[in-house]
Amino acid sequence: MEAESKPVMTLPRVNAGMKTSSHPLKRWTKLLLQSRTGTVGMIIVLGVIFVAVFADLIAPHNPAANNLSNIMQPPAWVAGGSWDFALGTDNLGRDILSRIIVGTRVSLLVGVFSVVLAGLIGLVVGIVAGYYGGWLDNVLMRLVDSFLAIPSILFILVFLSVFEPSITLLIVVIGLTNWVTYARVVRGEVLSIKEREYVKASKSIGTSHRTIMLRHILPNIVSSFIVISALSVATTIILEASLSFLGLGIQPPDVSWGAMLTDGRNYLATNWWVATFPGVAIVITVLGIIFLGDWLRDVLDPRAQVSRKGGGK
Amino acid sequence: MNMPVEVKETPEGKTGHLLKIEGLKKHYVLSTNLMGKPVKSLKAVDEVTLTIREGETLGIVGESGCGKSTLGNMITRLIEPTGGKVVFENRDLLSMSEKEMRNVRKDIQMIFQDPFSSLNPRMRVFDIIAEPLRTHGVATGESLKKRVEELLEIVGLNRSQGKRFPHEFSGGQRQRIGIARAIALHPKLVVCDEPVSALDVSIQAQILNLLIKLQKELNLTYIFIGHGIPAVKYISDRIAVMYMGEIVEMASKENLFKATKHPYTQGLIDSVPIPDPLLRRDREELLIKGEVSGESDPGEGCRFYPRCPFGTEMCRIEKPSLREHAPDHFAACHYPLS
Repeated sequence: MEAESKPVMTLPRVNAGMKTSSHPLKRWTKLLLQSRTGTVGMIIVLGVIFVAVFADLIAPHNPAANNLSNIMQPPAWVAGGSWDFALGTDNLGRDILSRIIVGTRVSLLVGVFSVVLAGLIGLVVGIVAGYYGGWLDNVLMRLVDSFLAIPSILFILVFLSVFEPSITLLIVVIGLTNWVTYARVVRGEVLSIKEREYVKASKSIGTSHRTIMLRHILPNIVSSFIVISALSVATTIILEASLSFLGLGIQPPDVSWGAMLTDGRNYLATNWWVATFPGVAIVITVLGIIFLGDWLRDVLDPRAQVSRKGGGK
Repeated sequence: MNMPVEVKETPEGKTGHLLKIEGLKKHYVLSTNLMGKPVKSLKAVDEVTLTIREGETLGIVGESGCGKSTLGNMITRLIEPTGGKVVFENRDLLSMSEKEMRNVRKDIQMIFQDPFSSLNPRMRVFDIIAEPLRTHGVATGESLKKRVEELLEIVGLNRSQGKRFPHEFSGGQRQRIGIARAIALHPKLVVCDEPVSALDVSIQAQILNLLIKLQKELNLTYIFIGHGIPAVKYISDRIAVMYMGEIVEMASKENLFKATKHPYTQGLIDSVPIPDPLLRRDREELLIKGEVSGESDPGEGCRFYPRCPFGTEMCRIEKPSLREHAPDHFAACHYPLS
């Protein structure tokens, strides 16, 4: 026979020497630990989820309790601060740390679920439009165009002013406006993938369209999908912030990072900590999700891994 | 197979015709008038008529863009023809519904040119080869596993290699996987769309030999599309030469090379480099100048006229039809070379 199958180039992060572990969980943990960004991302994301779930237990103060005798206290390590309010207080004397902890819940819910919703709609529309083409593609893409023509914030504003704002509504509305980006990207990918010979081969075998879409097309667009999803979580958290700024997002006494950020904007020159810490929370969370997404993308691509038996032969 | 069985007659008294192509056309509309009627179209394949006999290998050669791959893709209906007929075992494939067609696909399989894009990078080799078997519900579970392993061995791979992903294989090995997939359902006809063009020369021969071996063992009929004369000559029983969407010459391999009729065929044959300089000196070469003109509408006369060294006024005005100049030797030329 011809040349032995070559050991394949590997990304240094996801590396060789995999033994077929008995348990898939074990195998994934091992894969995760081999990647620094993956590990960091996973730790951050698990941490954020933990905080969101146990927010009420962790928060040292009631996040909604005004305390007018303690307004605008600086963080503990700045002159005039105290460890009682580790990250300081805001203009109503509310503890910023507690508010961030409790706000995790809303921000994460909105960020993750609206991305999941938008992603699912976009994925289905994009695959169907790209794969079938023709008039269906035209109709769907003109729909996407009209969505893109209206600034999504405007669309969301209309919805939120008609209906009673709530977290569920926020998620649904953001999801229903943001799917267009996914549909566009996914369709583009599908257009290139459906011309590959393996799709043709599958058609010539007689495989049904559904199976082709699920087995040949979907797995091959997963990596770009994960990347845009991870980035979208970030933009969604920020979108929620701008909605809260306009008074249409999360309504007090509920807290979200975005709302805190906009609250603190007015005091940026004099009391920087009010806006800074929620901002830092957003940055850390988004980074964690992006790291994790990046790792996931690499792991899901068989080309990036050495065969589980450990390389060539 | 499990379609309503028609009595398999041999209409022309010759050995059974497996596939007949009649007046097959593919025109791509380039521009339309206000009413949406096409005014300009590119004739990728125009009025191709040919028959493929059971058990033979029909080679189709021609330079890039001559429509040979389009022809191959139309046979399997990966490209919908503009007109014409593809008659497989006395049934016209083009008038079939998608459902009926699915059944026939079992009997007609394809091998593709690029072994790097013809295998889904996200699927294990086992699943790639199992796909046709699963699609048609031929085998499941243990029998599926056995069949796939058997197929791997038939094409010269190791049965344990099924667990791997395509990127772990070399070009030649990947083409073997593609072949295993194509023969999995015991097809009658295999359309090989330039199966060796993307491979190293040393590996080309291995793949060709594998195809020949499989043909004998499994009683396959091949349509072998290629742009290199040597590979097509090696494997084919009969050869059809295509130029700008039309067949210009078709004959048995021996006749095509010994008694070449069409100047274009001669040009193709002479364009193959001869490694030995002494032999090369003796050869009278007919070199074809220029390239296929990109014109969508080549005008009235012979399509080869602009590049033909022997072209006359007659060739410019009147298009030669494909005629039988010698028994079973067809050529479309007013002035055949021999």
